[in-house]
Amino acid sequence: MAEAAESVVGSKARAARTVLGQLVLPGEELLLPEQEDAEGPGGAGERPLLLNPGTRSRVRVVCGPGLRRCGDRMLVTKCGRLRHKEPSGGGGGVYWVDSQQKRYVPVKGDHVIGIVTAKSGDIFKVDVGGSEPASLSYLAFEGATKRNRPNVQVGDLIYGQFVVANKDMEPEMVCIDSCGRANGMGVIGQDGLLFKVTLGLIRKLLAPDCEIIQEVGKLYPLEIVFGMNGRIWVKAKTIQQTLILANILEACEHMTTDQRKQIFSRLAES
Amino acid sequence: MKETPLSNCERRFLLRAIEEKKRLDGRQTYDYRNIKISFGTDYGCCIVELGKTRVLGQVSCELVSPKPNRATEGILFFNLELSQMAAPAFEPGRQSDLLVKLNRLLERCLRNSKCIDTESLCVVAGEKVWQIRVDLHLLNHDGNIIDAASIAAIVALCHFRRPDVSVQGDEVTLYTPEERDPVPLSIHHMPICVSFAFFQQGTYLLVDPNEREERVMDGLLVIAMNKHREICTIQSSGGIMLLKDQVLRCSKIAGVKVAEITELIQKALENDQKVRKEGGKFGFAESIAHQRITAFKMEKALIDTSDAGEKAGEIIAEAEPPSEVVCNPVLWTPGTAQVGEGTENAWGDLEDSEKEDEDQDGSDEAIILDNMKMDTGVELSDTGNQDATIVLSDSEEEEMIILEPDKSPKKIRTQTISAKQEKVPSKKPMKKRKKRAVN
Repeated sequence: MAEAAESVVGSKARAARTVLGQLVLPGEELLLPEQEDAEGPGGAGERPLLLNPGTRSRVRVVCGPGLRRCGDRMLVTKCGRLRHKEPSGGGGGVYWVDSQQKRYVPVKGDHVIGIVTAKSGDIFKVDVGGSEPASLSYLAFEGATKRNRPNVQVGDLIYGQFVVANKDMEPEMVCIDSCGRANGMGVIGQDGLLFKVTLGLIRKLLAPDCEIIQEVGKLYPLEIVFGMNGRIWVKAKTIQQTLILANILEACEHMTTDQRKQIFSRLAES
Repeated sequence: MKETPLSNCERRFLLRAIEEKKRLDGRQTYDYRNIKISFGTDYGCCIVELGKTRVLGQVSCELVSPKPNRATEGILFFNLELSQMAAPAFEPGRQSDLLVKLNRLLERCLRNSKCIDTESLCVVAGEKVWQIRVDLHLLNHDGNIIDAASIAAIVALCHFRRPDVSVQGDEVTLYTPEERDPVPLSIHHMPICVSFAFFQQGTYLLVDPNEREERVMDGLLVIAMNKHREICTIQSSGGIMLLKDQVLRCSKIAGVKVAEITELIQKALENDQKVRKEGGKFGFAESIAHQRITAFKMEKALIDTSDAGEKAGEIIAEAEPPSEVVCNPVLWTPGTAQVGEGTENAWGDLEDSEKEDEDQDGSDEAIILDNMKMDTGVELSDTGNQDATIVLSDSEEEEMIILEPDKSPKKIRTQTISAKQEKVPSKKPMKKRKKRAVN
C-alpha cells in the first residue's frame, strides 16, 4: 500500500493508456493519449493545457464511474482497476474504474430490488441501499389507476427501475417501462430469500457472457431476480434448495472457473 | 443513516428455515461461527472475530487514587463503543439503548463476577491503585456483539501486562518495561457470554444468532459462565416466558461452549506467548501481508542501458540459431494448452475476465484478512499446483458442511482450532509469498 502511494506521488500523472487494467488510487491524475503526446508524461500538473487549445484536435472522451473531469484533467475518485472501451465511432472511448464496493449509488435506468419502508399519501418510500430512500408512485405500476391501487404492503419487495437519479435529489423509481408494460417489474412474491452481495458480483453475474446463471439453472428449477444494488432474490422449490443456491451465488465471487465447475458437478451428483 | 429494513419475505423465510432446523450460513442449532483471535504488537490488544463480527479490545492502565470506600482495591473500567464503521445504523456519540444494555451486561459479566483480583492492583492503600481500563470497539456488526465483546475483553485482560512497581517504605518506584518485565494481571477465571435466541415464543432456540436472526428473534437469553460451570450472569430480554428446563438446557449448552472457547483462548494466548519469546513476527499488523495490493503490478526496474547495444550484439553473435518449432502441446493451466512456440494462444482469452477477477479477489483478501488467506496464497503461487486444489477443496468442504445437515458440529470446531494452530506461527506461507513478490 505504501509503495503504491509512493509511486502515485512520485510520478505526478500517469498516462491512462499505460495503466489500463492496473490499480489506480483516488486522487491520482491520468493523462489522455492526446495530452501525453503534447506534453510528455508528468507535464500536465505544472502548465494548464488550455493555453494552447488550437494546436490539438479535440477528442471526446467519456469519464465513467470512478473518474471525474476537473478542468482539463482526469482524476481518479475510486480505488480499482482502470478500464477502457474503444469507441465504435470516432473519439477517445470510455474510461472507467472497476472497483469492489458494497454501497450502491442510484443510477438512472438501473433495475434494482427495493424494500417498501413507508406508505405516505400516493407514494411509497422504497429502501434501495442508497443514501436515501427512493420514491415510487402508486400509479407507476402496470394497470394502476386512481381507483385501482396496487396491493403493496410495507416490507414488500419491489423490482423496479430508476427514472430519476440525480446527485442530491431523491431518486424516483417506476415499475413500468416507457410503454406502460410491467416487463417483469413489480412486487416480488412473498416467498424466497433476499440476500446481499457486492456490486461487483452482480455486474459479473449480469454480464451477457456469464455462464454462472446457466449453470445454476441446470441444478434446480428456480426463480431469481438480480438488482443492480447488490440484492439478489432467489426462490427454489424447497428451503434447502434456496439456501444452497444463495450460498453458491455468494461463493461465486471468490472462485475461479475451474473451482466453480467442480462444485457444480459435485452438487449435480448429490 | 437508517438501518436497512428487513423485508417480509426475509422474515418469513428465516422463520420457516428455523422451523426446518436450517440456518442461513448452514450451521446447526448449537453451532458457533468460527472464532478467530489475533493479537496486536503491544500487550493487551486483540481482535476477536466471530464469523463476520469483529471486536477490537485494548487494555490500558493508570495510577489513580482509589475510591474512599474501597481503599485497597484497584478500579476496573469497561467501555464498549459501537462505531459507525460497524454498521451505518449506529449513530456516533449517542448512547443507544443497545449500547447501554451491552455495556451493563459486560460490566456485570466481568466486574461483578470478580474474575480479576482487584486487591492485587493496590499499590499504596488509600493513595495509589491501578485503574485498568478495557476499551472495546466494534469493527463490524454481524450479530451477537455481546459474545464477541466478552471474549475480546477477557482475552485482552489475559494478554495485558502492567508495569511493575515496588514499594520501599514511603518510596514507590515504577519500572519501565526495560528495567523490569511487566507483570500480568491476576485473573481467577474467565467468564464468557453465550447468547441464545428464541423464536416462536420459545419453541425454537439458536446459539450465536447472526444479525438477521437477531432481527426476527422473539427473545434473547445471555448466560455468562466460566469453565468451572459457574454462572456469572444470566439475563433474559425480549419479554419472553421461558420454562425452567429450557433455562437448564441452555446452561448446559453454555457450559460446553464456554469450555470450547476457553480452550481456544488459552491456545491462542500460548501461541502468542511462544512467538513473542522466540522473537518471531507477531501482532495483527504482521499478519497482514505487505504490499499485496500491488503484488499484481509489475514494478519498473531501472536498467543501465549504456552498453546494451554491444552486449546485445555479443549475445546475438554467440547465440545458436533458433530451434525448431516445438510440436508437443504445452499445458499452461488446466484447460489451456498451446501448440507451437511463440504463437498467441487464443484459448486463454476466453478465461481472461475470470482471471482478472481472481486477481482482484486476491488483493481484496489481503485487505480484509480473511480466513482464506493461506489458501489464496497457495492458489496464486502457480498455476495448476496440486496442493492448491487440495487446500481449496478443503475450504470447499467447509462450504459443504454448510449445505449438508448431517455432519457433526464437533468436526467443524476441531477444524477451526486446527486452522488456528496453523495460522498463528504462520511463517511458512508468509515466506513463500514474499519470495514470490521478489520474483
